[in-house]
Amino acid sequence: MNKALRYGLLALFSCVFLFPIFWVIISSLKPQSELFTYPLTILPRNPTIANYITAFASGDFITYFKNSVFVAVVATLITITINVMAGYALSKFYFKGRDFIFYMMIGTLMIPLQAIMVPIFLLLKNLGLLNSLWGVIIPPAATPTGVFLARQYIQTIPDSFIEAARIDGAKEFLIFRKIIVPLAKPIIATIAIFSFMWRWNDFLWPFIVISAKRKMTLQLALANFVGQYQINWANLLAMTVVTMIPMIVVFIVLQKYFVTGLTAGGVKA
Amino acid sequence: MAPRKRTHGTFEQTAAPLLFLTPNLLIFLIFIILPAVLGLRMSLYDWSILSGTGFVGFKNFQKLLSDAMFWKTLANTFVYVIFVVPLLVVFALGLALLLSKEGKGMGLFRAFYYLPTMLSLIIVGIAWRWILGFDLGIFNYILKLLGQKPVSWLTNGAMANASLIMVTIWTRVGYFMMMFIGGLQAIPSTYYEAAEIDGATKWIVLRRITLPLLRPMILVVVVLSTIEAFKSYELIYVMTQGGPGSSTKFLVQYIYQVAFEEDRLGYGAAMSVVLLAVIGLFTTVQFIAQKNEYTNE
Repeated sequence: MNKALRYGLLALFSCVFLFPIFWVIISSLKPQSELFTYPLTILPRNPTIANYITAFASGDFITYFKNSVFVAVVATLITITINVMAGYALSKFYFKGRDFIFYMMIGTLMIPLQAIMVPIFLLLKNLGLLNSLWGVIIPPAATPTGVFLARQYIQTIPDSFIEAARIDGAKEFLIFRKIIVPLAKPIIATIAIFSFMWRWNDFLWPFIVISAKRKMTLQLALANFVGQYQINWANLLAMTVVTMIPMIVVFIVLQKYFVTGLTAGGVKA
Repeated sequence: MAPRKRTHGTFEQTAAPLLFLTPNLLIFLIFIILPAVLGLRMSLYDWSILSGTGFVGFKNFQKLLSDAMFWKTLANTFVYVIFVVPLLVVFALGLALLLSKEGKGMGLFRAFYYLPTMLSLIIVGIAWRWILGFDLGIFNYILKLLGQKPVSWLTNGAMANASLIMVTIWTRVGYFMMMFIGGLQAIPSTYYEAAEIDGATKWIVLRRITLPLLRPMILVVVVLSTIEAFKSYELIYVMTQGGPGSSTKFLVQYIYQVAFEEDRLGYGAAMSVVLLAVIGLFTTVQFIAQKNEYTNE
């Protein structure tokens, strides 16, 4: 009985907790007229995907979508490449200043974008990176957490693998590509997932770098939409749901980690 | 880590680590370290894109002292932090205590609470703005059905702040819950078994075993959520835009406004230095406290 009560309460509370997401999805399937007429109904009386069609029919939304995909995918590829390379250099080689460089990188966690956005803006302006997707992609591509995770993981790869390859005369880059990368796959996947999530959801970087409409990412476009005097809720809700979808997919893929109680937390990697 | 004998010899082997490190290091230096230094320098200048720049020393900081809006936004930010952090800790810990034991369906419940943390703050803000709308929102509709007056969730100063706090908790609680679950699962079960043999009540177990052993994790959560709260901007941007009036205007928004809308970049940079100092302070506190924690053991 006690157990049933506990589960019942948890289930009830979860429903209330998840209601906002449910409500946005349901609302996006209601025709414009139903959104604004009393009495409100939980389920749409005449469910429709008209809002989605209108959203996609305006070419702008497709542009924003493409920009978001481009930023998230390219940035993630760059982030895993350079972070895993750095993690390798900082774990399997010995050189002067190595630990200093590592701690400096970790130390930059104390300098959030919010505190340096003014000089960043000027810097990107001088480098001609304003209103360019590259200006969004490159500056935050090196992440302290990414380097940290890669370094910790690669440390566990036995040195003998690397030495054996060297004795066989393998070039350094080949060793990286053929030994380190395959063995580091689990951590690469972790960094990739968190990088993708963070990039897809990120608002502040594009907000500082991009002002031209055709360069906007989805998050930026959504925020811009809300700033208008008259909000077109029917369209906005559909766009919001579309923007949510990739994260829901990641969520479903990550499910098993929750079930086993294993989590890396939502680190910005 | 045992010191390994140096791999000496070829030029390639000496150059390799530097080549592997270069792209990353360059980005860190150019886009984090350099802006941080530039920001410190800019804070000493009257810096404007349209009307030029001039060195003013500490004048920007002096101006801050008498800038009523700066103090207002700083106070708003502090109030937000003071409510958000303890509430987050309590709710996240509560959920973690309920959900840390392995059992049927527990993973699913954890996943439910984690879901909002995966959505962008822009989406979260839009969702809640839709729900909290004065005329069309479902919250006010429910109140109406219950015969109550509608509430100005986002258009009354105090309510807007309360709404922002509530939404922040909603979107972040799952993240910190997961951290607490990790901490709870790391506590050896022998402690609990011993307590059970001694016949300790649940309350005593919580107070004497769980909470003390969880203290380092609580500290981490407090510091992380404090820093996060000081940086917050996105939710406010979509939910209230700082309004009504300036009752939900926080420090980051004011920095943005001063620097980019009023073209007073030097003054904005000076405010950023204050933000950086606050964040640095909390990180240092965490660092010292963690160090003490380890030396005490």
